[in-house]
Amino acid sequence: MSYIGTLFIGIISAALVNNVVLSRFLGLCPFLGVSKKTSTAVGMGAAVIAVISLSSAITYFINRYVLRENLAYLRTIVFILIIAALVQTVEIILKKKMPSLYKALGVYLPLITTNCAVLGVAIDSAQKGYNFAETMVYSVGTALGFLIAIVIMAGIRERIEKNNIPESFKGMPIVLVTAGLMAIAFVGFSGTL
Amino acid sequence: MIVPILIAAAVIVVISIIIGIVLGVLSEKFKVEADPREEAVRGCLAGSNCGGCGYAGCDAYAKAIVEENADPSLCPSSDRVKIGEIMGVSLKAGKRMTAYVKCSGSCAKTNADYSYFDEPDCRIAYLAPKHGAKKCAYGCCGFGTCAAICPFDAIRIVDGLAVVDREKCQACGKCVAVCPNHLIEIIPYDAKYVVRCSSHDKGKDVKSACSEGCLGCGMCMRVCETGAITMVGNLAAIDQEKCIGCGKCAEKCPSKIIKKRD
Repeated sequence: MSYIGTLFIGIISAALVNNVVLSRFLGLCPFLGVSKKTSTAVGMGAAVIAVISLSSAITYFINRYVLRENLAYLRTIVFILIIAALVQTVEIILKKKMPSLYKALGVYLPLITTNCAVLGVAIDSAQKGYNFAETMVYSVGTALGFLIAIVIMAGIRERIEKNNIPESFKGMPIVLVTAGLMAIAFVGFSGTL
Repeated sequence: MIVPILIAAAVIVVISIIIGIVLGVLSEKFKVEADPREEAVRGCLAGSNCGGCGYAGCDAYAKAIVEENADPSLCPSSDRVKIGEIMGVSLKAGKRMTAYVKCSGSCAKTNADYSYFDEPDCRIAYLAPKHGAKKCAYGCCGFGTCAAICPFDAIRIVDGLAVVDREKCQACGKCVAVCPNHLIEIIPYDAKYVVRCSSHDKGKDVKSACSEGCLGCGMCMRVCETGAITMVGNLAAIDQEKCIGCGKCAEKCPSKIIKKRD
């Protein structure tokens, strides 16, 4: 198979088959928190894509050339530092350039720091010994998977808003049920790649 | 042994310093001009982030005052005159308010009807018969839900009764909202006399339940010279605006339920 084909399959695999939210259950906090409106969900997804791809690129080089084998135990703390700095950067830039999105994301923007999808991707690619191209494919694919999941969720939630649902299911319960059903749907992808 | 540790520490330190410099440069470059008044207003607020004003915290409230023209007098423990100067409006110096508990039924004074073994939370005890084990259905349950929510550590439970320390209290109103019996009220800090009961029962029932309860005799209302006391359904109520603090009501009260504040 051609090199491009491998990369394509890698993205599909990371985005759909092993969807970060619905198959590996990472990054659930923003998935549930910022999926009320499609527009903010897209903003959140884009911010996560930016943070995940940047952080994977930087952590790849840090891991390869600074930590190497003998300082591997520092991965978690160093990666967290880098991710926090990147999130801060995104926040500073958004605050200046897109204040409306900054306001809409609210507390969930700094919370990307503790979004385990971001740290999960960085640590996963370091542990699996991916090279740079593989790391980038894996991270962009995973981030795309997050964007897909959160946008689908936001779309469903917008519809839920307009429907008459039982009193006891209103709010978070129906959202969690929906998330569970989505996860079951994504199980359908498993084993295909 | 010590070398790898030093290397690890050095790596972290170097990375942190680089990140710090980058972030510092970025935040200078993308600086958002903040209104200088915002910081000045923030300095006049209490700074305890209690949320009594209805905003997420003191920072959010200061921002709302400056940018969204929010009511600048919502914080009871702020320097209102100064906020008024900053915002260019005249605000009266706020009267300091404090919370007080309209009940004096401690365990020693109020009889218990039964033993209560459920969750020690007033909001749950409220669902039990007579709103808790005490015979008086209006009184303090004494599980300290108000004390737990108080951000200023101003409420203590003394012998099954919530007591507010008015020096610490900033009148944020959280306890007022949480008390299921609605026993807590915000009154002026310098209020001299208060009715420490909120039982609307008839005198006889009150007496059988609690040794210190308002019997609804109306003696205080008759003796009050300024008409500050009214009877609301078997219960005396003092209008603190009219009260001059003469203390005649407290003297006359047969069950000594009108008390001088300590």
